[in-house]
Amino acid sequence: MRFEGKCWIFGDNVPTDRLVKPQYVFEPVEVMARHVLEDLDPDFPLNVAPGDIVVAGRHFGQSSGRAIATKALQGTGIGCVVAESFARTFYRNCFEVGLPALEVPGVTALAGAGDVLRADLTTGAVTNTRTGATASGAPADRFLVEMLEAGGLIALAAGRPELFGGARAR
Amino acid sequence: MSTLTAPRTFAQKAIERASGESGLAPGQIVDAFPDVYMSHTASWRCIRTLERMGVSTLYDPDRVAMVMDHISPAMNAKTAGDHRLCREFADRMGIKNFYDVNAGIAHIVLMENGLIRPGQFVIGTDSHSTIYGALGAFGTGVGFSEITAAWVTGKLWVKVPESVRVEIDGELPVGSYAKDVMLKLIGDLGADGLTYCSAEFGGSYVRSRSVSERMTFCNLAMEMGAKNAYVAPDETTRAYLADEAGVGADGYEVLLPDAGAEYRDTVVLDGSTLTPKIAVPHTVDNVVDVDEVSGTRLDQVFIGSCANAKYDDLEIAADVLKGHKVAHGVRLVVTPASSAVMAKASRTGVLATLVEAGAMITNAGCGACAGNGGAMADGEATLSTANRNFQGRMGSYDSRIYLSSPATAAASAITGVITNPAEVMG
Repeated sequence: MRFEGKCWIFGDNVPTDRLVKPQYVFEPVEVMARHVLEDLDPDFPLNVAPGDIVVAGRHFGQSSGRAIATKALQGTGIGCVVAESFARTFYRNCFEVGLPALEVPGVTALAGAGDVLRADLTTGAVTNTRTGATASGAPADRFLVEMLEAGGLIALAAGRPELFGGARAR
Repeated sequence: MSTLTAPRTFAQKAIERASGESGLAPGQIVDAFPDVYMSHTASWRCIRTLERMGVSTLYDPDRVAMVMDHISPAMNAKTAGDHRLCREFADRMGIKNFYDVNAGIAHIVLMENGLIRPGQFVIGTDSHSTIYGALGAFGTGVGFSEITAAWVTGKLWVKVPESVRVEIDGELPVGSYAKDVMLKLIGDLGADGLTYCSAEFGGSYVRSRSVSERMTFCNLAMEMGAKNAYVAPDETTRAYLADEAGVGADGYEVLLPDAGAEYRDTVVLDGSTLTPKIAVPHTVDNVVDVDEVSGTRLDQVFIGSCANAKYDDLEIAADVLKGHKVAHGVRLVVTPASSAVMAKASRTGVLATLVEAGAMITNAGCGACAGNGGAMADGEATLSTANRNFQGRMGSYDSRIYLSSPATAAASAITGVITNPAEVMG
């Protein structure tokens, strides 16, 4: 699962409250997407293009485990989000909604604003196409890639009725 | 690397129990069968997702727990409709553990009602589900769709975390409390200090504390990125379960970490050197001594949330406020964690003391912490006993939230400025 796109860079410990500011949490996803991360980079929601890559520092998506934060990011049409590390609820929510996420220590050091990055979820590798610099993280677990390919957890479940028809396991 | 006989952490044991696997090592991903699936006010999202899936049977309705806590009572027609959807769904599906808008904060309600027991694996649609470690359960937050999937399949993927020991010894000086201990740790370790980790709390101080204070430890472990938190069940736990939650010792299986289990790290804190702490805007790990910001003007003081609105928290606040009045121009909003807390505080006179001092008591629930009432205007400052102070969480984006213990909050309500409680308590 490969992605190539222009990158937007964000810092450490970005909370979901700053991905989607509290005044937008009850708005439709399209509205949230028009304001996502605006507080940290006003250009981002205005100029982000489909296929772009969001790069972030440590513990991206901390605070409340609101899936709307991942949905708002997904609503911009970005290809994937690559971070030094994620808050665990945010990471789960990425796969739940079908937004590719990759954890790559060192990614912020190799990415410059506006550079085009290449990211591969199945190998965990990220390359800066301008400088040739690369870094690697742990690839996403195989079943998480399967979840992304299906379009998220519920879409995967809908396409895999055997997951739902079985007798209680214990 | 691991074998059946290798010493194991609490997290390894809890996930092995919930998954039926053995010999699990940190980093492994398995399917676990949670004992409880908690969902709060936003349960309506889970129900709508279930409807879209076209599924009409649940794996085990007895493991479902729904609590209408985040927006209670309903603030508009939309939320009233959401509540009704949940209420009717619970009736239709035979969900016994449905707690309506009068009950209080989900975490506290579930523990008071005996749903959370040592050794269990519990998932919840709330990041502070780490709090269940106060009773020796493995609690962790998940997304709404994940709860829906668990309703249907009974299982959920989980990665085995690394573990960190947090050892706190000594007696705290007057004016410092469990909240100050946690703010100190959060300030020292940072917002991502325990990311993905299972935080096992121990030491003489932790062992000497009540279940309520253990809830404060485990709740706030989330603010260092912990996956779950844990305090080893002991006589205090047993007594709480028997006396408060109606659960006898034959109703659960205590899981204790083995001596010699592998930890990523051990954090040690000497409680006797602690001073009252405060998190200043706009991050929880931006922690300083209360004395460094004392005198800062406040517009509102909020005593509430799953971190610090249990009975003992209200009692401490009442002890500080007794015989005093809230400062002119300051709103003191008190939101008890649960209806049981409220009833007890009513019986003991704690509520009367708070009201006589000038506090406003709201119904039990998440209240202002979830942005439901108690909002701030542009430029205002609130001192809150909750667990988060990110910008805009309580009203205006141009307002400031400070976080402290109930004692610091109560002392500051009297003076109208941030105040070290030791000054008021003498």
